[in-house]
Amino acid sequence: MKARNGFVFTLSAIIIIVFAYLLMFGANLGPYYRFNAAKDLLKLGLDLRGGVYIEMEAVDKNVDQDALERARQMLELRVNNLGVAESTVAIAGGNRIRIEIPGISDAKAALEQVGRTGKLRFVGPDGKEEILTGSDVKDSTVGVDPQTNQPVVQLKLNEAGAKKFAEATKKYIGQPISIYMDEDLISSPTVQNEIPNGEAVITGMKDLDEAKRVAGIIKSGALPVKLQAATVRTIGPSLGAEAIPTSTKAAVIGVSLVMIFMLLYYRVPGFIADLALTVYIILTVLIFIGIKATLTLPGIAGMLLSIGMAVDANVLIFERIKEELKIGKSLKSSIDAGFHRALSSILDSNITTLIAGFVLYYLGSGSVKGFALTLILGVLTSMFTAITITRFMLKTFVNTGWIKNTKFYGA
Amino acid sequence: MLKIVERTRLWFAISLIIIFAGLISLVVQGLNYGVDFRGGTVVTVNIGKDFDSKEIRQIAEKYDPQSTVRKIEGNQVEIISGNLTDEQVPKLFNDLKAKYNLTDKDLLSTNRIGPSVGNELKRNALKSVAVATILMLIYIWIRFEIKSGVAAIIALLHDVLITISVYTLLQIPVNSSFIAAILTILGYSINDTIVIFDRIRENRRTHKYHDYTTLANASITQTMARSINTVMTTLFTITAIYILGVPSIKEFALPLIIGIISGAYSSIFIASPIWVLWKKGEKYV
Repeated sequence: MKARNGFVFTLSAIIIIVFAYLLMFGANLGPYYRFNAAKDLLKLGLDLRGGVYIEMEAVDKNVDQDALERARQMLELRVNNLGVAESTVAIAGGNRIRIEIPGISDAKAALEQVGRTGKLRFVGPDGKEEILTGSDVKDSTVGVDPQTNQPVVQLKLNEAGAKKFAEATKKYIGQPISIYMDEDLISSPTVQNEIPNGEAVITGMKDLDEAKRVAGIIKSGALPVKLQAATVRTIGPSLGAEAIPTSTKAAVIGVSLVMIFMLLYYRVPGFIADLALTVYIILTVLIFIGIKATLTLPGIAGMLLSIGMAVDANVLIFERIKEELKIGKSLKSSIDAGFHRALSSILDSNITTLIAGFVLYYLGSGSVKGFALTLILGVLTSMFTAITITRFMLKTFVNTGWIKNTKFYGA
Repeated sequence: MLKIVERTRLWFAISLIIIFAGLISLVVQGLNYGVDFRGGTVVTVNIGKDFDSKEIRQIAEKYDPQSTVRKIEGNQVEIISGNLTDEQVPKLFNDLKAKYNLTDKDLLSTNRIGPSVGNELKRNALKSVAVATILMLIYIWIRFEIKSGVAAIIALLHDVLITISVYTLLQIPVNSSFIAAILTILGYSINDTIVIFDRIRENRRTHKYHDYTTLANASITQTMARSINTVMTTLFTITAIYILGVPSIKEFALPLIIGIISGAYSSIFIASPIWVLWKKGEKYV
């Protein structure tokens, strides 16, 4: 029995430490498989990797949400033209569009790209004659050609547009009319026959997505919402380059201090709390990677705060165990009573914290939301590790019979 | 057993002095709102060697006579302006680049924020505080009693007020991270109070104590080691990042440190005494 517990305890401790090592440093396991270190898997926020952050705000406060979404799609298109991977274009706070472009530091170029007027032009075969502009187009939708079953873009022009288009299509049968959005060529369909009624169809779309894209661009022409840049932020690459090592150093020192403190103050249970804390850190990092959360500077601060708080449940339990030992109970029943009696404090205090966390998550914006998520994950994970892992490890350790003197348990 | 409740007046006086000074300061000089709230532009540049702020002020004033120049650690400079446009920022940096032989990498960050952003942030934060407070009050009411709930919430507001007081008294710039920190304090500092109230609830059931003062004193004493140890471990990590971290993370860590210390203080010296004061009229059961 004792030998078996000794084996289980040692094995668990080794697994925890090996796993922590792998997440910290990574390793090549065999010739084909690499275990990546956590720092290579975590998605870093703009403040850590550098980039440009722009918040475009609708000039009109009560903006139509559909129009805002169309504007977002157009901005996304423009941002993608910058050729930067992993850009984000998202609606924020009801009347703003948040744009994050990592890895560039030229806010001016990004602003020019994003803030363009969006002029739509239909140009004749000579490349100069302007046949139609965005204001001539009433609607543009995606349809299917009944003969070929291919996706097409259907255009509806207004009266003035229909008249101009009828003349042009008559003149240019068999020649292409090009559609430009600012300087970008969107499509260059060839005129098949005269279109007198202002209802045209553009065929030759590669697939449904292309048809949707073209229809979307033509329809929205200029941005459907008037936007202005409310926030423009550039973060140079050296800021993150400095932030990551300093934060790592702070984390190592902070966590070491917590662990040393727990070990010195609580001895055997303290050592086990350190193992549980290691599991806590491993789990939080894995969850962060798993839900693809973005790590930001405030996120790092939140994580460190949660590490400091994660031992709280253990502190509560160990103080109870101490009290039970002092009134003369045996080691095993003190441990059982300690866990049992600390439970209601742990639950009530953590549930109130969770209430605050969820409110912040649902009502907060931007960095507050990210921070609330860290708070919620931290509380839930620490309740699990500080109760379950600690209890399992502590009981197994006591059953090994290696250290029996209750002095080492806080008596 | 510690005699905490007997000295209620002293504890209240300490807190009230700080909060009162804070309120006066709030009226006289207000909070030092940063660009996140006032709107404006901040350009942070790494000069790389020691420099004279006056020289940089001269350059900055070419673009905006009202701009302020602030030296921050590590030979970095922060230029804060209300009127700098997106086009002027690169020009300003080019001037600095020529003067101090900098490279593009030395432009650490630029930040321009419209004035409307901060207002929304404040509104959201106030709404979050109100909703979170009410929900926590209801939870404590159900699990404990309404008097515990109100005492806990007062302690919580105390922590928020103390943190704001420290910020206005020392004129530390308030940016969006301050709001996030205040909201975090809301979540964490309630923790300490609940642990003590939980002990009071438990001790009450044992019928070992015969009046509210002794009951509260005993409960505070029994949980004191836990209160101190948890504050210590939390401060270890957050202070480490405050000391070693980059300026923008410091801005976030500082209010947390103040809030955590205040939270531990208020759970012991404010929440429980308020509860006792209120319960004294009742017969001990």
